[in-house]
Amino acid sequence: MNMQDSYITVDGRTIGAPVMEMKNITLRFGGVVAIKDISFDIREGEIRAIIGPNGAGKSSMLNVINGFYHPQEGEVWFRGAKRKPMKPHQIAKQGLARTFQNIALFKGMSTLDNIMTGRLTHMKSNMVSQMAWWGKAQDEETANREVVEKIIDFLEIQTIRKTPVGRLPYGLQKRVELGRALAAEPKLLLLDEPMAGMNVEEKEDMSRFILDVNDEFGTTIALIEHDMGVVMDIADRVVVMDYGQKIGDGTPDEVRSNQAVIDAYLGVSHD
Amino acid sequence: MLYREAGDFKTSYAKDQQTFPIAFDRWGYFITIAFAFLVVPFLINDYWVNAVVLPFLIYSIAAIGLNILTGYCGQVSLGTGGFMAVGAFSAYKLMTAFPELSMIIVILLSGGVTAFVGILFGLPSLRIKGFYLAVATLAAQFFLVWMFNKFPWFYNYSASGQISAPERSVFGFAVTGANVTPAVSYLFCLCFVFVLAWAARNLTRGANGRKWMAIRDMDIAAEIIGVDPLKTKLTAFGVSSFYIGIAGALLFAIYLGAAEVGEAFDISKSFLVLFMIIIGGLGSIFGSFAGAAFMVLMPVLLKNIMVGYLGWPTDLASHFQFVIVGGLIVIFLILEPHGFAQLWRLAKEKLRLWPFPH
Repeated sequence: MNMQDSYITVDGRTIGAPVMEMKNITLRFGGVVAIKDISFDIREGEIRAIIGPNGAGKSSMLNVINGFYHPQEGEVWFRGAKRKPMKPHQIAKQGLARTFQNIALFKGMSTLDNIMTGRLTHMKSNMVSQMAWWGKAQDEETANREVVEKIIDFLEIQTIRKTPVGRLPYGLQKRVELGRALAAEPKLLLLDEPMAGMNVEEKEDMSRFILDVNDEFGTTIALIEHDMGVVMDIADRVVVMDYGQKIGDGTPDEVRSNQAVIDAYLGVSHD
Repeated sequence: MLYREAGDFKTSYAKDQQTFPIAFDRWGYFITIAFAFLVVPFLINDYWVNAVVLPFLIYSIAAIGLNILTGYCGQVSLGTGGFMAVGAFSAYKLMTAFPELSMIIVILLSGGVTAFVGILFGLPSLRIKGFYLAVATLAAQFFLVWMFNKFPWFYNYSASGQISAPERSVFGFAVTGANVTPAVSYLFCLCFVFVLAWAARNLTRGANGRKWMAIRDMDIAAEIIGVDPLKTKLTAFGVSSFYIGIAGALLFAIYLGAAEVGEAFDISKSFLVLFMIIIGGLGSIFGSFAGAAFMVLMPVLLKNIMVGYLGWPTDLASHFQFVIVGGLIVIFLILEPHGFAQLWRLAKEKLRLWPFPH
């Protein structure tokens, strides 16, 4: 990687070197090709959006990134090193966190406990210490609780700290899920449709949180979203997918004026 | 009016994380423990120990064990009886092979052996879930009981196929055999219950408990945030079997004194413990105690009423007992499917506001 490659300027904002590089990824399910020879990168400190019509392969792409699917061809480079085939929980330990399209919170646990599960990759005390609730286990519990409380303050969910998440309304559940992903202090945060099913006000809140996370913690974010207005407003760069192929890549303005992208969204006349 | 938390502020995270954050609860707990350790041993007699208290304490340990696996980690198991048998036979083999070994170590080692066996039978849990896992653990139940019957080495080639606990003592007090006093066997079991319940509570409220509950509530999401499913499920099987093994060892050595595997540790034991945690409340240490108390006390109470007060013949009463306990379980589960623990939680929520409900 040369020096020119390590910093680029997008719309007046300087963003860093690539954190994650996807190189010629192809993913097949039997005869169905979900992703076909796609390459793109995600750079440090940016908000990278992946958009496309339904069934374009966006979620599959996210699943490849966090190791839930293994692509048949292509390489995933994370922080300057080629990633070996790994289990999702090992990849999480490398510093990847994500939220889900359909909320995947732990319904039987409180908001606090849910966000604390996000800290599990940072907790290393052994079982005997935990049994006695003494020494390292207790110190860890308190230290991590402090981090979690900061996230609770940040997301403005103090009042529901001890409420079981199953009882919370949808918008708040989405926020708790974001909190759980943030708690891991990820190098790269993946958001799968963070604003699906929300009203305008909730979308504005969520956009604000995403921008704040990016701004205050410097977290690199890759997100999938259907609401074009939101994507164009918050994303630094956008990848557009259709039928498993990449049809556009660039700043929101570049993507907006790309003919292939317009065709994919508005259709092509066949006369 | 008495039960509230107004003015009870927490100024550190450590204080907010305690098991009984409300002062009233905390004092209730201290008084219960003091009563159990300091008063009960002087009141207790043979009837109470053998009919009520010992089975309650021992089944509480088994219920906590199964609750860790099923209630906290979400892995249904029907192998409890078999794992209790592993605990009992380990205790028997250890007691006869090493007569000098302290009973406390014997019981703990039996738990360790059972934990190992439990982890072995927990291996399929990575691939199979729910009812299918239940059937796999059912296989463990039948296999283990068959194994202890089939190979005479396990019962030291005794003619009857029974195992019986030789006399052993701890700190000069006999805990097994013919010369046991009720207070000693009671205290011996109580110490195990106290330490194990305390450890279980700590395990389930900390990082390990969160891993277990994450696997229970949504295993895929748990894996993606960094929980290793195999390791987490196997620790649940290990810890759970450790508890169940200790319960089995105590049941055989302290309570029964002698046991025949097909009779003492058959499938009905598995169901009994499973009923306890369902009635008491899945995912609750208190629920394990409540369920064990219900399943142990209910038959004794019914028998006393039917035979003692109504004067029915014993065989009629014992049959009616099944009908009534079964009926009560069904009624209870319809009214409160989340068990005693949930009832208790709701009662506390109401009491916090009482008598001003707004």
